[in-house]
Amino acid sequence: MKNTMTTTALALLVALGAAPAAMAEIRIGASISATGPAAFLGDPEAKTLELLVEELNARGGIDGEKVKLVLYDDGGDPNKARTFATRLIEDDEVVAIIGGTTTGASMSILAVAEDAEVPFISLAGAIEIIKPVRPFVFKTPHTDRMACQKIFEDMQKRGFTKIGMISGTDGFGASMQAQCKDVVEDYGIEIVADETYNPTDADMTAQLTKIRNASGVQAVLNPGFGQGPSIVTRNYRQLAIDLPLYQSHGVASNGFIELAGAPAAEGVRLPGTALLVADLLAEDDPQRGIVVAYRDAFEEKTKTPVGTFGGYAHDAFLILTDAISRAGSAEPDDIRDAIEATSGLAGTTGIYSFSAEDHLGLDLSAFRMLEIRNGAWTLVD
Amino acid sequence: MSELLQFLFSGVTVGAVYALVALGFTIIYNASDVVNFAQGEFVMLGGMITWFAHQAGIPLPVAAFLAISITAAIGVAMNKLAIEPARGAPIVSLIIITIGASIFLQGAAQLVFDKQIHDFPAFSGDAPIRVGGATILPQSLWVIGGALAVFVGLWIFFTRTLLGRAVLATSNNRLAAQLVGINTNFVMTLSFALSAGIGALAGVLATPITLTAYNVGIAFALKGFAGAMLGGMGNPKGALVGGFLIGLIEALTAGYLSSQYKDAAAFVVILLVLFVRPQGLFGRKSTDRV
Amino acid sequence: MKMTPKLATLLVLGALVLLAPFLFPSNFYYRVGSLIFVNAIAVTGIVILTGYAGQISLGHAGFAGIGAYACALAPAHFGIHPALAVVLGAAISGLLAWLVGRPILRLKGYYLGVATLGLGILISMMLNNERQLTRGPDGIDVPELGMRALLKGWGLDLTNGQFWYYFCGLCMILGAWLALNLHDSPSGRALRALHGSEIAARTVGVDVARMKLQAFVISAVYASVSGSLLALQNKFITPDVAGFMHSIEMVTMAVLGGVGSVLGAIFGAAILTLLPQVLTIFAEYEQLVLGLVMMLVMIFLREGLLPSILRKLRRKGE
Repeated sequence: MKNTMTTTALALLVALGAAPAAMAEIRIGASISATGPAAFLGDPEAKTLELLVEELNARGGIDGEKVKLVLYDDGGDPNKARTFATRLIEDDEVVAIIGGTTTGASMSILAVAEDAEVPFISLAGAIEIIKPVRPFVFKTPHTDRMACQKIFEDMQKRGFTKIGMISGTDGFGASMQAQCKDVVEDYGIEIVADETYNPTDADMTAQLTKIRNASGVQAVLNPGFGQGPSIVTRNYRQLAIDLPLYQSHGVASNGFIELAGAPAAEGVRLPGTALLVADLLAEDDPQRGIVVAYRDAFEEKTKTPVGTFGGYAHDAFLILTDAISRAGSAEPDDIRDAIEATSGLAGTTGIYSFSAEDHLGLDLSAFRMLEIRNGAWTLVD
Repeated sequence: MSELLQFLFSGVTVGAVYALVALGFTIIYNASDVVNFAQGEFVMLGGMITWFAHQAGIPLPVAAFLAISITAAIGVAMNKLAIEPARGAPIVSLIIITIGASIFLQGAAQLVFDKQIHDFPAFSGDAPIRVGGATILPQSLWVIGGALAVFVGLWIFFTRTLLGRAVLATSNNRLAAQLVGINTNFVMTLSFALSAGIGALAGVLATPITLTAYNVGIAFALKGFAGAMLGGMGNPKGALVGGFLIGLIEALTAGYLSSQYKDAAAFVVILLVLFVRPQGLFGRKSTDRV
Repeated sequence: MKMTPKLATLLVLGALVLLAPFLFPSNFYYRVGSLIFVNAIAVTGIVILTGYAGQISLGHAGFAGIGAYACALAPAHFGIHPALAVVLGAAISGLLAWLVGRPILRLKGYYLGVATLGLGILISMMLNNERQLTRGPDGIDVPELGMRALLKGWGLDLTNGQFWYYFCGLCMILGAWLALNLHDSPSGRALRALHGSEIAARTVGVDVARMKLQAFVISAVYASVSGSLLALQNKFITPDVAGFMHSIEMVTMAVLGGVGSVLGAIFGAAILTLLPQVLTIFAEYEQLVLGLVMMLVMIFLREGLLPSILRKLRRKGE
């Protein structure tokens, strides 16, 4: 009934030539690396967006307006990402863009979005995306820097002062490696061994042996995503290294425990999100409801374990649709203002509060230090 | 000392995978003068099909056998549909055809299976074997054993059997081979089946160590290609040595120099070897075809 | 005036660049157009190397990487204008090609393939690993060329997309003109003789090694300029530009379209640049279709798309 009335009102407005663009179907664009080297991250992101749009439209859309998702696969190629961003804006006339699985793709999209003054919510980690703050660019994942800080905080608590690092040479691993080296001194920690591996490498025992033999090393940190960290974890056990191993949020998914094998993964710590420990959250935890709902829906639909990266896409979509709904308009400018005014919005990654100076909207508290015990995630603090 | 031993173990584990891929390159090259850049996809298919069948409840050995057979059939199909019709095309066209096949197989794999990373259990458990302070996984021994067994098998095949000699004759001079009554089409079919099967075997043996996904093929193809060229294309001995050498160079560079540039070291060595011996370590001196 | 193939090629290209915008449904197509032109420049270099001289390279993206990063780094470090950085990148690429070309080009066929592949991988690895300089895999900003503002001062106000469309189009035509001149010059004839048979060319007195090296250096410069234009246009670049897949893409574009002629290769660049945009409707099948197209064209239209189509048309006309 309400719908018919809006429709009638709409028709009237159109007749009067006063229909704002907002009243048509709301078109949201996305450029994601659903294939290519970052497919491991991008695939769940794409599936999450499709799932959420379906759910939202089944509920009647945003205030009665259906949402249409225009999703492109940039294959992780920044040049393609830029082309698709141009296409989304010029050709598909979307009101906002979600995407950029990798930092390179995000940096390419943000230039286009910024020029066209269309809001863009990035799913990549690097701090450069939101620093300096650009009016139309936001992001949902924690920065790599924050992941490093969270890990070093924990190391400091355990009294470690000398650590080894083994990083992937892909964008994710290399970026986090650089950020970690940048902040490590603040925690009185010294990196005594700094090794890398290629994302396609099959054996990292040579690097790990070198790290083990570095003098005084007390713990090891492995920034990376994909199969690399699983192989590192297995090799770690093969070499019987008895130092604590830290992984990054790049592998925060049950898939990691499966691939590394529960015995090898035992005791591994990483900074993760509420998503992985949904059942351990307190009943009154503000994130509990949304985390459980997303996990169940995702795992039901895709039959694959939920992970942090799909969660980033979930949160981007949530922030965007929440902003459109609050703005009562689907004009890019209004959406931007509404996103910036987001406050206390609970997502899977954390509770988002944006401001004119802060386009990330999360702090360290959103990260939870997790430890794998008996093949399952547990909360350390 | 134990450090060096560990680096060597790491090198031969990885090198054995490269050697298996390189051996696959060699067989097809011998029969058809084609370097098959889709060789890496055979490795991927070996791993992915085995995983898929295994998680569907089929026992591992049966799943592995299925994977090798199916991949061999795909190899034969590739020969019939893409390589034979292009007979006599210039090298650059053949490169594009086989890379096209590689992209096609990847595209098919992500549709038929998925884009996640998978593995299946190691054949003889995960308990590492300790030797002189270093460790090696039982699965590594399977891979190394596999590479050596395939090499010996090929060597016997090519030198001691009539069929094997027919393959070599075909590679040396197709027309002459036909004239003496060798069914060169059958030789081609056999070579592709064998090569794809060996690639799949590499995938079956290596997946418990390297894990597998729809897009792992290209890295195997590049390293295997490099190994085969280093050893000298067309020579099984060259493929074996070249593959192991690349693995060892990578591991030793990672251990003693810089893990960041370990792949660079492998390619620098290849460039240097080719400057001195343009036909690779064990390659035949090529004769120009005018 | 007699209509030579050279003049015909240039006229066709010029007409396409100027007339295509009348058919553009939106500004987005300027972007696709300029990408086609950027790729076309690299591919013209491949025509000289592979089509004229018969040599293979699986590493030319490395030179594109040098050209691209020259535009990112030289203005910041040496304070030179981005346009000069394009020249600097081309000079470095040419020099590198000249240095490594001599030993590498003694190799034949697949051995040359693996050597150029190694060269490309080494360059892309350096761009990835030398983080202090290149900022690693996350990519680096590239300064504005500033030409659009200049044109605006002269009363020609173009959007960003339009500017790059016409500018890259112009560069492509210039590149094609140079390549066609080379084709008709004594050097070009020597190169093509070498493609036919190296031994025969040598017996008639062609300095084979020098001619091959020349083709390698020129094609490296083309790839470098193409990389520079991509970087300047995107104002941002990552090491992907130097990656193995980009090298393969260049060769595929050239050979698919018809590596024997500049126009054919540029046609190939257009097809392969457009393909992913067309295939977005069934994105899941993109790789499947791309692989299939590569195989089918090479099997059934061996000389490449354009020459095969033209021949069919001609036959019909007779």
